[in-house]
Amino acid sequence: MKRLGDMLLNRGPFSEIVLGNTALARAMIESGTEVITSYPGSPTPEIASALLSIPGDRRPFYFEFSTNEKVATEVACGASLNGRPACVFFKSVGLNVAADSFIQLSLLELTGGLVAVIGDDPGANSSQNEQDNRHFARMAYIPVFEPSSPAEAYQAYLDAMDLSRRKKMPVIVRMTTHVCHGKEKVAFGSWSGASPKGPPAFDSTGGPSVPLTAAALEMKRRALAKLALVACETDTPSFWELRKGTDPTRGIITAGLPYRSLLDVLEEADRTPDILRLGVVHPLPRTAIAEFLGDHPEVKILEELDDFLEREIKALAFDLAIDISILGKGDTDDWIGEYTPDKVAEVLEKTWPGLVSPGARRESALQPRPPQMCPGCGHRSAFHAIKQALADEDITVADIGCHTLGYLPPYSLGEVLLSMGHSTGTASGLSLFNDSRRVIAFLGDSTFFHAGLPGIVNAVFNNHNVTLIIMENGTTAMTGHQDHPGAGRNARGPAEAISIRSVLEGLGVKSIRETDTYSQKQLTSLVKEALAEEGFSVVIARHPCMLKYTREQQRKPDYRPKSVEILQEKCDRLHVCVESFGCPSFQRNEDGSVFVSPDLCIGDGSCIQTCPVKAISVKKDRKEGAE
Amino acid sequence: MKRFDIYMAGVGGQGIGLLSEAVLRAADYAGHTACGVDTHGLAQRGGMVESFVRIGSPVTTPLFRRGRASLVLALERTEAYRAAEAWARPGGTLIYYDASWQPLSVRLGKDEPIHPGGVEECCARLEVGCIAVTTAVPDPRMQNVALLAVLAREKLIPGVEIEHYRKALRDLLPDRVLEENLKILEGM
Repeated sequence: MKRLGDMLLNRGPFSEIVLGNTALARAMIESGTEVITSYPGSPTPEIASALLSIPGDRRPFYFEFSTNEKVATEVACGASLNGRPACVFFKSVGLNVAADSFIQLSLLELTGGLVAVIGDDPGANSSQNEQDNRHFARMAYIPVFEPSSPAEAYQAYLDAMDLSRRKKMPVIVRMTTHVCHGKEKVAFGSWSGASPKGPPAFDSTGGPSVPLTAAALEMKRRALAKLALVACETDTPSFWELRKGTDPTRGIITAGLPYRSLLDVLEEADRTPDILRLGVVHPLPRTAIAEFLGDHPEVKILEELDDFLEREIKALAFDLAIDISILGKGDTDDWIGEYTPDKVAEVLEKTWPGLVSPGARRESALQPRPPQMCPGCGHRSAFHAIKQALADEDITVADIGCHTLGYLPPYSLGEVLLSMGHSTGTASGLSLFNDSRRVIAFLGDSTFFHAGLPGIVNAVFNNHNVTLIIMENGTTAMTGHQDHPGAGRNARGPAEAISIRSVLEGLGVKSIRETDTYSQKQLTSLVKEALAEEGFSVVIARHPCMLKYTREQQRKPDYRPKSVEILQEKCDRLHVCVESFGCPSFQRNEDGSVFVSPDLCIGDGSCIQTCPVKAISVKKDRKEGAE
Repeated sequence: MKRFDIYMAGVGGQGIGLLSEAVLRAADYAGHTACGVDTHGLAQRGGMVESFVRIGSPVTTPLFRRGRASLVLALERTEAYRAAEAWARPGGTLIYYDASWQPLSVRLGKDEPIHPGGVEECCARLEVGCIAVTTAVPDPRMQNVALLAVLAREKLIPGVEIEHYRKALRDLLPDRVLEENLKILEGM
């Protein structure tokens, strides 16, 4: 097996098939990035998996998962102020959490350099929206590199860190989902090994670093001056690419993944427009764009999500009195979804009918298969038990994590969702002027530490009538089992676990109950008790993530698979297991009988208690029975 | 070589990621230019997962348009049906491991399950070849390699031979499971 950690520390130039995220990890090492921080979130967590594949004592960098994206940004900022090249990475909506500190970064002299890798998620593949973070960059006066492939991502990081260190300013590398997860052979450069870390170089005279009174304006002036210098530097051909087509009357300006999709669909076009691909989307290369506009009577701006480039380019054309037709977004569909080749073909058909065949979009008639909780998941037991304690009119508030999936049938628990940690606050509002409908909030354990605490403090402070159920599975499960402050480990090894119960007690929460979720009857009664109380109450519903647990078991040499089975002679076909409890291991024969899929069942037995006629039993020897 | 597009589908947890990377690396070992992309994240929790591999030049993007795949690989029956219907080009081939992970709507009794015959009919309607793999494996996590074995034996990817798949698996699998998976690849 090729070891990722060894590959990342390779000294010589080499080529390897890697993910975009892995290419970034190598670029961090080659560029001498000393401090790297993150909070896990798709599409970026594989950057961390790559970095963590290097054993702790061989890492030429310090890496941590911070409590949330804001803290991660601050740790990276502090390191940079000490002269250390630093990187922070997180997902699209993570920037909202980081924003209060992130927006200040450009005001500082970041002497070590700081690159923020942000994973935007066009198409909202695994996010609650598809926000376009180029807007944030504009507001924060921060340059943005936008690679369109893993090889470009590698180069973009190297360029971004170089720029950041020279200008002592933050730089964003904006990734999108399928650039993060694209795989191709990338030619990497050499790495001379870890260099000794210099002494802490923080110097308050290098400021001002405190943006108060007139200094805030002085610092803003400095940030704008830096951005203007960057605009000159990146208005050169190494930061954009001109691709000549066969139709000199039409041009397309684009960047990132839409550029790649465009190349794909134009393979079928008879006459192809010229293409200007931008490698830096903020600030724009004004000279290059002006020349391109001047050379073409018609120019299409092809961009995913919002009309960021379109507005700037139209303004540029107005300022320079370039009188051509600039074709931006048409209907609202152009603002929505990832610009895959099919999508780009549809957009081009609206722009220049007949240029490429949009074709009939092939769809399957089958219903989509939504994600669901894994076999044995403690959240399933929790939802099944909690549902027994609730009335139809009660209001349940979801939060972010695997337990969000409780909103799907058959549980339908968690009816509103905003953001990480919002649930207690939103539930508090729902409880006001409300004597008739009880309000229940859910919260995961990683999210408890991430952004859940202020809402809880508020509920105690203002005595809101809410029951909070903390769904504790001991890990950050949805993003791939990263450790959090309650897990007892950090990115470097064992660490003191912060006890959720102790935190709650310290905050003054008076009503705290807890149980393992597999004790379903007890959980039902604890939730009933909590709901009967006035004021703020908490139930900790705990069970370790069974996907993580099962994978750990499967790696052991003496692992033996386990399973349950349906005792057909006892089964009354009440279908509680398959319809209400809803473990995916239970499947249905056409005669209405139920069987257990040997591929799926992990033999955890959490289902046994749900059968009213006791027709589920642990299978004695799976091997014997399965053949 | 001429462009050859492969679409893969399955259910989160079935090992589409490994299958995809093995195909990508095997194509590379065969001397082809190749790139790919997977879905990650939320969908991995028991939802539909998909992956794209494109072989041949010029390299533009791993994503391609619906109805263009020369080869569709699937690890589950319902996903095989869905994948063939949306992605296979006429004259292409579907090859799937015939596991059944019933989707929620079937388990709730709202939809009829898909049968192997249904997959065949769908393929016939679309003029797509259909191969169901039913090789028994000692562990469901090896179903992806059982599919790879048929892919290698039938030489469904031009120029990619069993030795290339073997090298790919050696790159990807830890020692403790490598030999057992190689046996499945060799059809033993």
